[in-house]
Amino acid sequence: MKQTGAAQTMDMAGAPEIHKPTNVLRWFGVAVVSVICAWIVYQILFNPGFQWDIVGTYMLHPSVLSGIVQTIYLTILVMVLGIIIGVLLAVMRLSNDPLLAFCSHSFVWFFRGTPVLVQLVFWYNFGTLFPMIEFGIPFDGPKFIEIPANVAISSFTAALLGLGLAEGAYMGEIIRAGLMSVDDGQTEASKALGHRPWQTFWVVVLPQAMKAIIPPTGNQVIGMLKYTSLASIVALPELMHSIELIYARTFETVPMLIVAAVWYLIMVSVLTVGQHFIEKHYSKGWRRQEQVDG
Amino acid sequence: MADMNLSQNLGGSTSAMHEMENSKPLVRCENVWKKLGGNDVLKGINLEVGRGEVVSLLGPSGAGKSTLLRCINAIEYIDRGLVYVDDVPVGCEESSGGYMRVSEQRLSRQRADIGMVFQNFNLFPHMSVLQNIIDAPVRVRKEKKSDAIEHAHELIKRVGLPEKANAYPRHLSGGQQQRIAIARALAMRPKLMLFDEPTSALDPYLTNEVLDVIKDLAQSGMTMIIVTHEVRFAREVSDKTTIMGNGKIIEAGDTEQVFSSPSNPIAQDFLSNSL
Ligand SMILES: Nc1ncnc2c1ncn2[C@@H]1O[C@H](COP(=O)(O)OP(=O)(O)OP(=O)(O)O)[C@@H](O)[C@H]1O
Ligand SMILES: [Mg+2]
Repeated sequence: MKQTGAAQTMDMAGAPEIHKPTNVLRWFGVAVVSVICAWIVYQILFNPGFQWDIVGTYMLHPSVLSGIVQTIYLTILVMVLGIIIGVLLAVMRLSNDPLLAFCSHSFVWFFRGTPVLVQLVFWYNFGTLFPMIEFGIPFDGPKFIEIPANVAISSFTAALLGLGLAEGAYMGEIIRAGLMSVDDGQTEASKALGHRPWQTFWVVVLPQAMKAIIPPTGNQVIGMLKYTSLASIVALPELMHSIELIYARTFETVPMLIVAAVWYLIMVSVLTVGQHFIEKHYSKGWRRQEQVDG
Repeated sequence: MADMNLSQNLGGSTSAMHEMENSKPLVRCENVWKKLGGNDVLKGINLEVGRGEVVSLLGPSGAGKSTLLRCINAIEYIDRGLVYVDDVPVGCEESSGGYMRVSEQRLSRQRADIGMVFQNFNLFPHMSVLQNIIDAPVRVRKEKKSDAIEHAHELIKRVGLPEKANAYPRHLSGGQQQRIAIARALAMRPKLMLFDEPTSALDPYLTNEVLDVIKDLAQSGMTMIIVTHEVRFAREVSDKTTIMGNGKIIEAGDTEQVFSSPSNPIAQDFLSNSL
């Protein structure tokens, strides 16, 4: 007790050690989980229903591969469409113009409020509602362009519109939340420097909002990759539909579903890694220690 | 233009003309009214700031000081009255039926000539110090990037932080951030600098380093309006002092006169409580 400052001894042995209590429940848990895992592995290896040889043959089957390409292509286009619509919706909703805000709100209300499956089938059957797609004066005025709807709306267009518009509604809400997370002082400082409105948005607000927008958007992309399987209902040959076509012919349902599951897992894993790097990019200036190069 | 023709006709020398230009106030607020959330926040403000003058704007919380600054910089539209900066009305233009608001695009050009420094610094956190400073000169003023960088380094040195050019704002102390924010505003070569409580978010030690930069700026002849609670600093640095209370100007004049013999009882009260 009389020791001060530098004179303190470092007598580790003299300090009482503090023990963790043994956790009986934990060991019980480990046992249960092990049994379950063992059962799963056993089933995978020895249940003949999985038919691993067939899974192997079809993993790289040409129509499976072209299905994957379609799935990726559709996912990218839907997300691009969704993000563009989302940015517009968010900016409209946050603008001071009540008419724009109303339009944005209504769009979100409708496309978020109806099932995507219904929207998809609706677009596919658009032709029954409007046999001709026309650009011109509405209410039976003269028309400039007329296209038969069943030509304009292929199953791909139907899938793109059905998924893309709904995705736009969700992205609009995600982007709006992101934009609102940026402090008003940032907008003010940007205005005071003479930035034009779109410069304030593009240079100051959006890059900061990205930090809040990226993680849920990653979620949306991963979700969308799987949601594209809904397009099989309008006979778009994406991964799921290609798989369906094969097992409708061969009746090897379970192994074909495994092929699909494995491929979706692989694609999602790649996306997850990509998301990590994008998040890292937009956290610039928020990490603990850093300097820009140069 | 009309002035020039007139003086030429009268045979006035250019230097006399300059004299006249220079004696005109840089900022003129004429009967400015502003409503926020249903309340009159500014109730007929008249204020003049001459070229090279430093005016401090004091007053109790809620008096409308920030609002007045924001109106001068047209971050806020005014409802009635006129604000002239350099003889150009801010935020509106004369038309047949009176005055009309101008578009946001036009406003941004007017704002570019006025520097503003905020209580919370408001540096852009996703940009390095250098990027913060050169962005507006390059993007808005269309300066060449190399010129802007050179100017930025000069300014960073002037505010005493030459080694921080590549740091991000988050890694600077509050006082350092505020000094960079001042450098950022100066990079636009403004005619006028507005300060809204630049030291309120800082502890006393950091306050001084920011006040020194502002003092230095005052000596260099920059026209400034400073809203502050640092009453002693205001007395030291400003030529004129204006005291606001409840949306009106209740006392205005030369700093020494306002401080030594304020006439308005609320102003007297405010000054005796703050000193
Ligand atoms: N957006 C707003 N909506 C409604 N009232 C507002 C708004 N902004 C400011 N006010 C009110 O206007 C008045 C003046 O505000 P202002 O911020 O200009 O005061 P101030 O003199 O700068 O005070 P402080 O010293 O606290 O910064 C206050 O009463 C405030 O409540
Ligand atoms: Mg204020």
